[in-house]
Amino acid sequence: MLVSNLEIVPGRKIVKHLGLVQGSTVRSKHIGRDIMAGFKNVFGGELKGYTELLQESRAEAVERMVAQAQAVGANAVLNVRFSTSSITQGAAELFAYGTAVVLE
Amino acid sequence: MIDLIILLVLLVVGLVFGQIIESRHYRSIRKREEQFRHLLLVPSRFPPIYTTPPQTRLVIGATVISVDYFKVFVAGLRKLVGGRMRSYESLVDRARREAVLRMKAEAHSHGATMIFNIKFEATPLYKGQRGAIQSIEGLAYGTAIIPARRPV
Repeated sequence: MLVSNLEIVPGRKIVKHLGLVQGSTVRSKHIGRDIMAGFKNVFGGELKGYTELLQESRAEAVERMVAQAQAVGANAVLNVRFSTSSITQGAAELFAYGTAVVLE
Repeated sequence: MIDLIILLVLLVVGLVFGQIIESRHYRSIRKREEQFRHLLLVPSRFPPIYTTPPQTRLVIGATVISVDYFKVFVAGLRKLVGGRMRSYESLVDRARREAVLRMKAEAHSHGATMIFNIKFEATPLYKGQRGAIQSIEGLAYGTAIIPARRPV
């Protein structure tokens, strides 16, 4: 499965357009991380726990999107976009969407 | 009285540590930007036409940067008179540049020479009391172009 945020694939032709596929996930870290983050808000700096959390969630959202694309018989997802929104403290929704296509 | 002392301590801690962490972060950002300068970032939507089709790969860089107590306080004061909120400008700037660097590092590890169609996003994570932003996620992603290896 090819995942790309370009609208075309260099050197290959799109033979079929299968529409929008999407994947999303809402995740949170354990309370210890939230407390640590609270301390960090005094000192500043990177919140590694949250960076990690969002990375894992984004990977999962992409996975779900790819699963959906496979289900409709695509072999590539193009023009992929991401979006993040925070739901409450320590929880975030990660959303990935793109166009499922069949490449020759 | 106690409240005032706590506030002052938090402000001083935020100012001192926040400044140290920020200047250290900026130093590291500048160093790595120099290191990855050869990797071209192109925000255009379409890659050039190659005679040999290259490989492409989606690359993502993300980071969450937290404010310090002093910045929140200064921003609160600044809101009274309006104008440039410098304390938050550097926050968003750091988050974005760090995200770009991580994206570049990922592309570099796959042997890419260019990254196309770069998109940015900055999402405030959790607004605390009085709607103050506590941390911000910088996200950068794009398609890395990995040139096809010539047959030896």
